Amino acid sequence: MARAATSKPAAPKPAPAKPPPRKSATPALARPAEPTRYKASKDQLLEFYRQMLLIRRFEEKAGQLYGLGLIGGFCHLYIGQEAVAVGLQSALDGDKDSVITGYRDHGHMLAYGLDPKTIMAELTGRAAGIARGKGGSMHMFSVEHRFYGGHGIVGAQVPLGTGLAFAHKYRKDGGVCLAYFGDGAANQGQVYEAFNMASLWKLPIIYVIENNHYAMGTSVHRSSAEDQLCRRGNSFRIPGLQIDGMDVLAVRGAAEVALEWVRGGKGPILLEFKTYRYRGHSMSDPAKYRSREEVQSVRDKSDPIEAVKRELEKAEVSEEAMKATDKEIKSIVAEAADFAEQSPEPDPAELYTDILVEGR
Amino acid sequence: MPIELKMPALSPTMEEGTLAKWLVKEGDAVSSGDILAEIETDKATMEFEAIDEGTIAKILVPEGTDEVKVGTVIALIAEEGEDTSPSPLVGEGQPSEARQGEGSLQPAPPEMAQEPAAVPSPVAADAAPPSPVRGKGTSAPASDPDIPAGTEMVRTTLREALRDAMAEEMRADDRVFVMGEEVAEYQGAYKVTQGLLEEFGPRRVIDTPITEYGFAGVGTGAAMGGLKPIVEFMTFNFAMQAIDHIINSAGKTNYMSGGQMRCPIVFRGPNGAASRVAAQHSQNYGPWYASVPGLIVICPYSAADAKGLLKAAIRSEDPVVFLENELLYGQSFEVPALDDWVLPIGKARTVRSGNDVTIVSYSIGVGVALAAAEKLAEEGIEAEIIDLRTLRPLDTAAVLESLRRTNRVVVVEEGWPVCSIASEIVSVCMEQGFDDLDAPVTRVTNEDVPMPYAANLEKLALVDAAKVIKAVKAVCYR
Ligand SMILES: Cc1ncc(C[n+]2csc(CCOP(=O)(O)OP(=O)(O)O)c2C)c(N)n1
Ligand SMILES: [Mg+2]
Repeated sequence: MARAATSKPAAPKPAPAKPPPRKSATPALARPAEPTRYKASKDQLLEFYRQMLLIRRFEEKAGQLYGLGLIGGFCHLYIGQEAVAVGLQSALDGDKDSVITGYRDHGHMLAYGLDPKTIMAELTGRAAGIARGKGGSMHMFSVEHRFYGGHGIVGAQVPLGTGLAFAHKYRKDGGVCLAYFGDGAANQGQVYEAFNMASLWKLPIIYVIENNHYAMGTSVHRSSAEDQLCRRGNSFRIPGLQIDGMDVLAVRGAAEVALEWVRGGKGPILLEFKTYRYRGHSMSDPAKYRSREEVQSVRDKSDPIEAVKRELEKAEVSEEAMKATDKEIKSIVAEAADFAEQSPEPDPAELYTDILVEGR
Repeated sequence: MPIELKMPALSPTMEEGTLAKWLVKEGDAVSSGDILAEIETDKATMEFEAIDEGTIAKILVPEGTDEVKVGTVIALIAEEGEDTSPSPLVGEGQPSEARQGEGSLQPAPPEMAQEPAAVPSPVAADAAPPSPVRGKGTSAPASDPDIPAGTEMVRTTLREALRDAMAEEMRADDRVFVMGEEVAEYQGAYKVTQGLLEEFGPRRVIDTPITEYGFAGVGTGAAMGGLKPIVEFMTFNFAMQAIDHIINSAGKTNYMSGGQMRCPIVFRGPNGAASRVAAQHSQNYGPWYASVPGLIVICPYSAADAKGLLKAAIRSEDPVVFLENELLYGQSFEVPALDDWVLPIGKARTVRSGNDVTIVSYSIGVGVALAAAEKLAEEGIEAEIIDLRTLRPLDTAAVLESLRRTNRVVVVEEGWPVCSIASEIVSVCMEQGFDDLDAPVTRVTNEDVPMPYAANLEKLALVDAAKVIKAVKAVCYR
């Protein structure tokens, strides 16, 4: 169909002007050095092993207690992802850095060295729990250790973590915030609002995407137009790195690079860890969206604990040393479970405490 | 001592399940992570994994066994180098009592801990009597004007009724589509959209990323553009991410455009407290949305009401917030087998007739009220129960009419007391029914606290039949 002619006769076209030479308004995106695998000492390796095993056995026990009805509601296990929390948090400065995460938080608490007893007692909803039984699995906090939770709303921890970073910078305390979120959470709009501010204001924050490939039953490929999540910061000039989250040494290596970047005043950085959750999303997930073979093959080929074990063997750590650790962990977890079963429920009067700080 | 493997609770509300299949046999060596059995719950088939290492010493509950209670010992695992004869403590297929007897600090047995919080037993079980409308118990049945006499009734879960409503409307109108998190391939986080993808395909049953604000806006825009979206929120707690579009975009369009621009959309999903999911996941948004002119708010209790009202909501030209309840999804009710069962929006239903007191409620609170009424009847108090069904517009006429006969009103609400639907009913009774009142209108609600996680505190925080009975007796001066 012909276009209706406009009233004016077409003027002779001027020769197309040459576009002005392209000059970007902002300088090219700076990037940190490629991280390398961390060179751990024998003792460090053994400690990584110990912490990861503690998370694994603790979570297995939590699953068991859930099955017995001692834990209720939603309970999201961290099994399979242990290397991420351990590799990252081992690099933090416990005196000044802060951590925030979502509801899949037991592993992050344990990697922070918090007492397994009080964590398990929170899961069973007892007065001795770290949140006095009021929060449960999804809502755990330890302000003493600058662990800011434990948040049930997908994505909420990202701007909250950005606020923690804002406070670090404002107070000039030298601290960095580590904010964890999932591949599914990476699609929430508030994540990008936070990215923009963090980058504008050069806030000291490490955004950590734990890409375990699924958000509940939705694989990352079905939910994300850009599924290379490490690129998600690009429009905000936040550099991103993609790292093997099943290798604790690779994780720790990335943590070193990220911390140097952020502590150097260069603003936020984004780390995407490729990892995998072995269990269902929560206890009531039949997990029909993936095959048994898929799960088994990850367990067989890339289990993070088996990987550390191989490193330990290479470092000639004796079988006995590992066995001793296994035994120690087993008893720590058993003790935590006993404590969590035996300790009393909160006093009924607790229902009305902590609603406001200053009463009504 | 061999390790006892117990029937696990695989969801917050599971009390029993079917041991569908054993994937191991006696004598097999197992290690942590191996799948031992498949267990069926009302929602799904789940795999049961080994936690401990050892050898399967004895299988105590054969596969195919139904109604295996949570906590029953189903098998024994012998640890390395152990004798594999079964523990003398445990009889075949018997629930283990061992754990429950130990010491005074023991928690409630698993069955108790798993009980859905706000649901008193008589109405909670699937085996409960059919909807009291059709006459059960001591009081005369109230007639429901919406069901033609002689209609066949089919027992249907709330979950199925909601699905059927959507499917029927989707068959009738191509403009209707469903979107939300996990609604398609996963069949719904709570299985409400089960089978819809299969019947209607991915054009009309759409999985979204976790972006509530975004997809609520997309849905609202699609409604403005002439479609009829059903937007599912996995729970209404997450709709807080999207509340701006629900209220500011959907709720005000018609008014702001001088009646030109419509927004026929349904926002639906579970609302209210579930079981042990703590403060961020246990809230009743009924009063929030009901305060907004420009929205319709529906909050049904029974499956028949849910079906009839969801169909009406989908057909409505106005934006509707449709609040369901997770603890009711698995409950069965009688639903009339009619080709097109549609109920009027904005009309309450008399669930039980009585002349001594009026109990006004909605959603899961109706079940609490029914349980209380049964007990009260034993003591000679006949309560009339009014299920509001729609929270906006509120059927104040039904409340006032009942008040005129009983002269007493108690409002039961699974939600906070302050600025609640209960407050609204109190105010309506004061303004328009003052002369009929023989006692102050009383609210029975949840406690005025965020929902705690601990089992004992959660129980204290929620409405229950005992609290209703106490309030009714107080207004009856008994
Ligand atoms: C705003 C919001 N929407 C939905 C949910 C329900 N929900 C809880 S976890 C989850 C999946 C999140 O997946 P991902 O971010 O990948 O984290 P993962 O569970 O894999 O650790 C969903 C949809 C929620 N808690 N909050
Ligand atoms: Mg994920």
